[in-house]
Amino acid sequence: MKTRLLAKPGTLPVRYAPALTAYLKKYHQFYLMLIPVVAFYIVFKYLPMYGIVIAFKDYSIFRGVAGSDWVGFSVFERAFEQPSFWRAFVNTIRLNLLSLIFGFPAPIVFALLLNEIRRRNFKKIVQSVSYLPHFFSWVVVYGILLAFLNPYSGLLSGLLEDLGLEPIPFLADISWWLSVYVGSGIWKGAGWAAIIYIAALSAIDPDLYDAAYVDGAGFLRSTWHVTLPGIRPTIVIIFVISLGQLLSIGFEQPFLLGNPLVSEVSSVLSTHIYRLGILQTEFSLTAAIGLLQSVINFVLLLAANYLIKLTGERGIW
Amino acid sequence: MVKLGRRTRPYRVFAICNSLFMVLLCVVFLYPFLFVIARSLSDGFYILRGQIYLFPRGFTLNAYEVMLGDPRMIQALLFTTQLTIIGTLVNLVLTVLAAYPLSRRSLKGTAIILAGIFISWYFYPGLIPTFLLVKDVGLLDTMWSLILPDAIAPFLLIILMTYIRGIPEELEEAAVVEGCSYWRILTRIVVPISKPVLATLTIFYAVGHWNQYFQALIYISDPDKYTLQLRLQIILDLWSSRLQIVQTAQDYGSLVAEGAQAAAIVIATVPIVLIYPFLQRYFIKGVTLGAIKG
Repeated sequence: MKTRLLAKPGTLPVRYAPALTAYLKKYHQFYLMLIPVVAFYIVFKYLPMYGIVIAFKDYSIFRGVAGSDWVGFSVFERAFEQPSFWRAFVNTIRLNLLSLIFGFPAPIVFALLLNEIRRRNFKKIVQSVSYLPHFFSWVVVYGILLAFLNPYSGLLSGLLEDLGLEPIPFLADISWWLSVYVGSGIWKGAGWAAIIYIAALSAIDPDLYDAAYVDGAGFLRSTWHVTLPGIRPTIVIIFVISLGQLLSIGFEQPFLLGNPLVSEVSSVLSTHIYRLGILQTEFSLTAAIGLLQSVINFVLLLAANYLIKLTGERGIW
Repeated sequence: MVKLGRRTRPYRVFAICNSLFMVLLCVVFLYPFLFVIARSLSDGFYILRGQIYLFPRGFTLNAYEVMLGDPRMIQALLFTTQLTIIGTLVNLVLTVLAAYPLSRRSLKGTAIILAGIFISWYFYPGLIPTFLLVKDVGLLDTMWSLILPDAIAPFLLIILMTYIRGIPEELEEAAVVEGCSYWRILTRIVVPISKPVLATLTIFYAVGHWNQYFQALIYISDPDKYTLQLRLQIILDLWSSRLQIVQTAQDYGSLVAEGAQAAAIVIATVPIVLIYPFLQRYFIKGVTLGAIKG
């Protein structure tokens, strides 16, 4: 009671204040360490969030974010009127779906097969080799692709010519381009994506296999009843997360592999925003498209997490 | 670990096929790179006729002489090396400064900061607002535009935090009793113990800088600050022609052009291949650790 009387209205209770001072005296060094970190997040991650408002403004470089006029949702209307926006929207989903259909099973199959290799050194070497391409940049992968596919001197073009066949325009024909896109994605990413499945496989209790054997299960049945259930949570989580990223797409692969001849399928949201925003300085328009994309992504992520929990697995958070 | 039930005949047949398939996969993953190396060492005459398969024909170092004699290539190499070293240092310092306090669950305020970090991880404001910010703070066309906007990778931060949480508390308590400041504990205890995981971080950050392409494309317009990947893309495009073979021919001489591009690819990749064995040793553990916790 006494201590309360001592405290002026609106300040901390006296009893508490020395505790806080003592706490800070003891731990202030931690907060000093965090200053640059917090500053980094505020400046480079949260200030841009304020910049999103230009999606609702007629942004002019000279008047700045704060000084530009509010225009409500008219920027979004303008974006929706453009066929190029819808083309990028559909292409993003198409490329992601194709990559999902063909690219999702690849690392799982690879991990399952690798898991059956008994010589540990051999297994290790194969795994190390498999994720080497992950560390190459997309520019390098693009260069390697050209060395194979370029119509003048590429290896495949040369082979086709030797066989007396017509040259194939791998990067200029739409359906070939889609195959190259999906294939190069698998080549670059499958080994890396397999890491998590391999880890999950190695966590399966070997006794389970012995038990299955005693029960008369052969190799196929123990794979079906022991191995696959063992990595099922991992598969579910990765699958649902990929579904949640249906509308987000990296920039480098579609941009580098793309060219005017296939822009009908290669122009995606990230490259569309780059061309329109950075090259043509349509800042408000592209900020609106980016915001739409972020919001849909965020909603998809929440939905994905909800789905994971529905299946009875632990969610992402 | 020999699993029971895997000694039947059909299984053995499967095992042999499987091993062969794995060898084939290794070829698929490695061959494209070996093929490019062979091209880079071959005479342009054979390259243009598509007659290089695995070994160089008409061995020559011409392509490398051309590439390393090109001041633009040297500039890109030097700038990217500088970017990789400085950028990685900045990344490491910031990530360590974040991970140590944030790994202490009892410290007041850390939950809020962590929440802030994760929200910004899940909600990306978009390319354009980020671009305008970098422009407004005057970083356009500087090396810092390639370092600061992504100075902390949340995924790597989690890996380091998880590791630090595993350090026995007694070590720190003993140091506190002896009157050590937390700064000293950080530099004398936490950092040395975390060396293996810091090696993982170093490699990831460094590879990221070495492969820097996208941000250089949007933030850098001064050719003196082109990164290696950006330069490589320009060299490749001259060739693939977003259809300007003539240009390349004028630049490098038509017989050398194709080999020169192969050489540029090799130059841009060699450091990664060289550190690969080290990378191997450290990162798998880190990745799975982070994946489980994250």
